Amino acid sequence: MTARIGVVTFPGTLDDRDTQRAVRVAGGEAVPLWHRDKDLKQVDAVVLPGGFSYGDYLRAGAISRFSPVMETIIEQAKAGMPVLGICNGFQVLTEAHLLPGAMLRNTDLHFVCRDQKLRVETSGTAWTADYTAGQEISVPLKNIDGRYTADEHTLDALEAEGRVVFRYAAGAAADGYGNPNGSLRDIAGITNAAGNVVGLMPHPEHAVESLVGTGRTDGLGFFTSVLKKLVDA
Amino acid sequence: MARVVVDVMLKPEILDPQGQAVQRALPRLGFGGISDVRQGKRFELEVEGPVDEAALARIREMAETFLANTVIEDFNVKVES
Repeated sequence: MTARIGVVTFPGTLDDRDTQRAVRVAGGEAVPLWHRDKDLKQVDAVVLPGGFSYGDYLRAGAISRFSPVMETIIEQAKAGMPVLGICNGFQVLTEAHLLPGAMLRNTDLHFVCRDQKLRVETSGTAWTADYTAGQEISVPLKNIDGRYTADEHTLDALEAEGRVVFRYAAGAAADGYGNPNGSLRDIAGITNAAGNVVGLMPHPEHAVESLVGTGRTDGLGFFTSVLKKLVDA
Repeated sequence: MARVVVDVMLKPEILDPQGQAVQRALPRLGFGGISDVRQGKRFELEVEGPVDEAALARIREMAETFLANTVIEDFNVKVES
């Protein structure tokens, strides 16, 4: 018995195939979902992958957030279904107000593409149970609109409620450390109050096999975490 | 047909590195005396039918839910004659 993980493809999505593969490597069944189709095909969880849906027109994620598939995902996410947004998927989740805050152009205006060191801040979400708080992982990062922003009140609340899931780990930039985009309080990923919806800018789906990506499998834990949760449930 | 213009600007407290880059380029181009630049978006909407209070209310709703992200941006709606 395994679980069915849906992976959404919007026009302009890039990382749907890698995400499907990551689900399979973790032992799950990957189910492709199409942006114009409201039907989630009875999946147990959904990943919104990275890319440039609708060309990032208007704002990254602003148009895809209103696609038919998102209507059902928003409804199901509020009912507790695990949802992970990676990069553009994170932008879609903030535009859909499933996660607080917003993403802006990187402070230095550069597109950043590198292996990035992250510190896991909490294992208390559907997608991070296989990590331990304080653990350092390395996964690829590639974005230009990755600057996480929220007002001070929201940031304080996120920290007080333990909803900052990942931070860019402090250290030398040459070694993949440091804040690559000017995100406030070094935030790389957050969760909703229930812990079922998680969004982050870096790409765990590109780090699930030792042959490719960072040469480490640090991203696999996202997918094994959710599968364990779903199979145990 | 009437035109309604929606201006969308980043909120004052939000850092605008694109505007800063434009501002920094100005002295080099011989345009002195500009202490700050903020970059925004302008939408020109060609409205079918009369631009009455009901039409403007719909446009404000459109701006609030779609054209602007009110977490980071403010918007202004005005009718052009």
